[in-house]
Amino acid sequence: MRRETGGRIDRSRTLRFSFDGEELTGHPGDTLASALLGCGVRIVGRSVDLGRPRGIFTAGAEEPNALLRVGDEPMVAATTVELRDGIEAWSLQGRGRLDPAAPPGEARHDKAHLHCDVLVAGAGPAGLAAALAAGEAGARVVLLDDQPEPGGDLLGGRLLLDGAPAPEWVSSVAVRLAALPEVRVLPRTTAVGYHDHNYVVAVEERDANRGRESGGRRLWHLRARRVVLATGAHERPVAFPGNDRPGVMLASAARTYANRYGVLPGRRAVVFTCTDSGHEAARDLAAAGVEIVEIVDPRRDGAVITGTLADAEGILTGVAIGDRTVGCDLLAVSGGWNPAVHLFSQSQGRLRFDDALQAFVPDRSAQAERSAGACRGVYGTAAAIADGFAAGSWAAGSRAAGQAFHVPECDEPEPRPPAALWAVPGAEAFVDLQRDVTVADVERATGAGMRSVEHVKRYTTAGTGADQGKTSGATAVGVVAGLLGAAPGQVGTTTFRPPYTPVAFGVLAGRERGALSDPVRVTAMHGLHLARGAVFENVGQWKRPRYFPLGGESMEEAVERERRAARTGVGAMDASTLGKIEVRGRDAGEFLDRVYTNMFSTLPVGSCRYGVMCGADGMVLDDGVTTRLARDRYLATTTTGNAAAVFDRLEEWRQTEWPHLDVSLTSVTDHWAVVAVVGPRARPVARALVPGVDFDDFPFMTYRESGPARIFRISFSGELAYEINVPRWYGAALWEAALELGAVPYGTETMHVLRAEKGFAIVGQETDGTVTPQDLGMSWIVSTRKPDFIGKRSHARPDTARPDRRRLVGLVPDDPAETLTEGAQLVAAPGGGRMIGHVTSAYPGVALAMAAGVAIGDRLVAFDGRRIPVTVVSPVFHDPENARRDGDPQDPSPRSGAPAGRPGTGSDALREIPEPGDAADPVPEWARGDRAASPLAEFTGRFAAASSPAVTIRELPFLPMREIMGGEAGEGLRLGPDWWLAVGEPPAGGGPGDRPAGADTGTAGTDVSAQRAVVELSGPGVRDVLMTGCPIDLHPEVFTTGSHTQTLLARAPVVLHRTGPDAYRVLVRACLAGYLAEWLLDALEGL
Amino acid sequence: MQSIECPWCGPRDEIEFRYGGQAGIAYPRDPGALSDEEWAGYVFMRDNPRGWFHERWFHVHGCRTWFSIRRHTVTHETGPVPDTGREPESDRTGRGPLARGTGEAR
Repeated sequence: MRRETGGRIDRSRTLRFSFDGEELTGHPGDTLASALLGCGVRIVGRSVDLGRPRGIFTAGAEEPNALLRVGDEPMVAATTVELRDGIEAWSLQGRGRLDPAAPPGEARHDKAHLHCDVLVAGAGPAGLAAALAAGEAGARVVLLDDQPEPGGDLLGGRLLLDGAPAPEWVSSVAVRLAALPEVRVLPRTTAVGYHDHNYVVAVEERDANRGRESGGRRLWHLRARRVVLATGAHERPVAFPGNDRPGVMLASAARTYANRYGVLPGRRAVVFTCTDSGHEAARDLAAAGVEIVEIVDPRRDGAVITGTLADAEGILTGVAIGDRTVGCDLLAVSGGWNPAVHLFSQSQGRLRFDDALQAFVPDRSAQAERSAGACRGVYGTAAAIADGFAAGSWAAGSRAAGQAFHVPECDEPEPRPPAALWAVPGAEAFVDLQRDVTVADVERATGAGMRSVEHVKRYTTAGTGADQGKTSGATAVGVVAGLLGAAPGQVGTTTFRPPYTPVAFGVLAGRERGALSDPVRVTAMHGLHLARGAVFENVGQWKRPRYFPLGGESMEEAVERERRAARTGVGAMDASTLGKIEVRGRDAGEFLDRVYTNMFSTLPVGSCRYGVMCGADGMVLDDGVTTRLARDRYLATTTTGNAAAVFDRLEEWRQTEWPHLDVSLTSVTDHWAVVAVVGPRARPVARALVPGVDFDDFPFMTYRESGPARIFRISFSGELAYEINVPRWYGAALWEAALELGAVPYGTETMHVLRAEKGFAIVGQETDGTVTPQDLGMSWIVSTRKPDFIGKRSHARPDTARPDRRRLVGLVPDDPAETLTEGAQLVAAPGGGRMIGHVTSAYPGVALAMAAGVAIGDRLVAFDGRRIPVTVVSPVFHDPENARRDGDPQDPSPRSGAPAGRPGTGSDALREIPEPGDAADPVPEWARGDRAASPLAEFTGRFAAASSPAVTIRELPFLPMREIMGGEAGEGLRLGPDWWLAVGEPPAGGGPGDRPAGADTGTAGTDVSAQRAVVELSGPGVRDVLMTGCPIDLHPEVFTTGSHTQTLLARAPVVLHRTGPDAYRVLVRACLAGYLAEWLLDALEGL
Repeated sequence: MQSIECPWCGPRDEIEFRYGGQAGIAYPRDPGALSDEEWAGYVFMRDNPRGWFHERWFHVHGCRTWFSIRRHTVTHETGPVPDTGREPESDRTGRGPLARGTGEAR
């Protein structure tokens, strides 16, 4: 029933679509709903519980009936879908269904952050005036509206403003807004959430706004100094018998279809109205050619609709008015208006019930926010425009008032109060159409004793549909109030929660899918591990090789082979992920003494010491080896998973409790790549790798420097071991060289087995926040001489000091082939009894446990569903005398030419390792400049290919960087009050240049050149890329040229430096560089 | 997403920070001299008011500064901690120059 003329649709073009398989047509400017009505479709679905036929009821986001499957979206309101060519829509049988087997949607959604002075939600008369007032006062304004064009309610009416059709006024304001460079208008954008501190989340149909049909949306994260809500009002129905027939429609919707879409929703209409707006609708429908059979207004004579008549399909054919019946195919209903207070309520604003308006309206704001126009009950168009202008002026703050503003004259009469009518008695009077909740259902709830509208909601499910009760909420309150004999204001509303309209999960995920679902940290050797077929495990965000299977090996087989290499030959492990913190300053030793349970101020320069740190509660937090590099410099290492937590915690004590100590902390985790060379035959391999070190004078727990390398003689396996640290860009070459020399690569699983056999606890495995160092059998590491350290006092608390605490023990199953289960419970007797402990680590034949009141030789039972007999043993299974840490005592490692295995295989076939080269040429092959690889070297080609006039992207490799601590360094980028990053020019020749590991000793700061990768982005489109992942305000006058800061980009911590008007550097931890590069490339694709 | 005012970087989204709990809980001058109960009070006991609260935040993804603010636990209004003008009780009260605006010691 399309009209020949009229409406804001383009009849010159026809769009094809289908509904339930039937081919239909519409026009640009249609919604799916208006196109369906235009094609005469009356029934759009069946109700969820009762299966009753339902038709289109509204013309907006409040639609309760016309929920369809559209393309790959399982359930959307047809009234909110802009018609596109080729849409396939299907009615729902009952509830919407997700098809888990369906392929992921093609649409490419993303997110973006935007800051503004004034956010205006809604571009109706009030919102337009507010945006204009704020914009012309000079404020940064974001104006958003869910429709393709501004105007709001004016688009659906026929009002005259200053004697001209209202859309002309809308256009004139839009032109003025477009002239303001700091005003951004976002059409097709729905504000769905209003959160703390004026944080508003909105969904934009971004592809539609860009003229694309791919359906991609953008989730906007908006932070506004002030917010103007101009969200309008929703018309509400009346709950009368048979009010759910297809053909019953809100009066304002019928009017909108006739005026805006050129569609007649019926030919013969009865209008049932409690408001003046219903009479306007009747006038407009009549003008459009609809026969108005009767207007029923309870304010005139108390007349109400008492029932409906329907044909065999259930479609409206007439209404009952008391004893009379009147034939019609459209019943336009107006029960009154509900200000759209959803966002206001989400902002924690308080509502009050206005008796004159018979509606809940905003009362007290909780945030820097003002409602304007119909959403606060100001219904007249001219009044709403004036109200909006006032709100916009307020929101712009003390800025000079904008241009003189003329509130247009409107031909609308002053609205009179509505009738207070919520329901008409009788059966099948629906309160919530979507949930099939009737007045009788609400009566049952109050009859069962419920008094709170929240209880009624939960009992009846009224208001819990996808529309969240937009048409039913106030009606339910009115009905409950009537049943309880209370005023609606006393009953109150249910809580309004985000989102205002349903949001697809795909939109919430945005680009954070697949490889970009979470930041990923990798070491310099990651590509080599991948190529070798390593199986990885996640440790925090790190990808660590768990084992390196060869030729179809199982994990057990691979681990046994790797373990044998480390115990009898030589193995190599990528230990780069351990946290590394340089602790620097006159009081560095004192600081460490307070943090660790043992002493570090007495550690000789060049020596390493293992340490444990506790919380104030005395429980083990972390452990690691600390090395004294110089009198005032230590290198502390942490576990991989705790690196950030420990670094943060040390900073906390330094800043808040011990600011008088001269000490500073620098993370160098990513600067150093680490290869642990482990096993009785480690020495010749290490010597070949680092020829400049005298391995004959290199005792256990000491360290040496040579060229760019630092070598630590420490061991987490009990075997002879060297941990070789080199700047990250050499890591891959060093790793390959180690394997080339015969070291067998092993992963974290073998590492765990090796350490478990030595009885070394792992923080987070043996410990769980309730374990003291003493519980781990490590009383020896807890200093009794120090006056204090963090946790010391707690070790004397009665519970911590009691003798029957769980202690670390070893377990051996009776069947040596058995592997216990981590987490298995321990009991003393086979039949059961009290749990006395649990298994913390379990490998074939070997297990560690925390257990109370047991002694070596005790027989226990481990329960993991099975009952496995075990014997308690010492937790040190392997080499309790520590005889092997200098190598195999039976086979002392020869001084040179030591045999090692065949490269990378662990084979026992031996090969000679040549003597180290001439002492005059100690630079090993892996340390040559041409072997150095910057973190993003492999992206060079893809960066070039992705670059465009809008954005060019490239890595700036090998920039020398130093971190300098102290308030007055005055050099480079100031990252914090006493934290500077000096960035130098790239070295000549393209490589990293010659920078020995010890070179920075005595100079200002710590060399961190390999800690971060530097990406340069330039071009006019860079800000559009950055805003999709960076939460700070990037406005060019806020983040000015030359500015730098630390923030997040794509959830990765970065230093962002604006080096030119359109040029930015992103400095990111080297381990995250690959992830960020993928993210940036993905962002460039979506520009 | 709250907006937290870092004294060095300005207002930033909450995700850039780590929460540090109640402010002004000073490390005792001589833990060994405290009774078990007093020590447990330091380690475990914190206020949990409905209303204004002095609390610490750490700008972990920014300048790495620890600082204190006042925040209303119901409305989430925030503001700087007023300077009480009192001298810290010891050099271990968490009122160092970088922990600016730290609240009153309990």
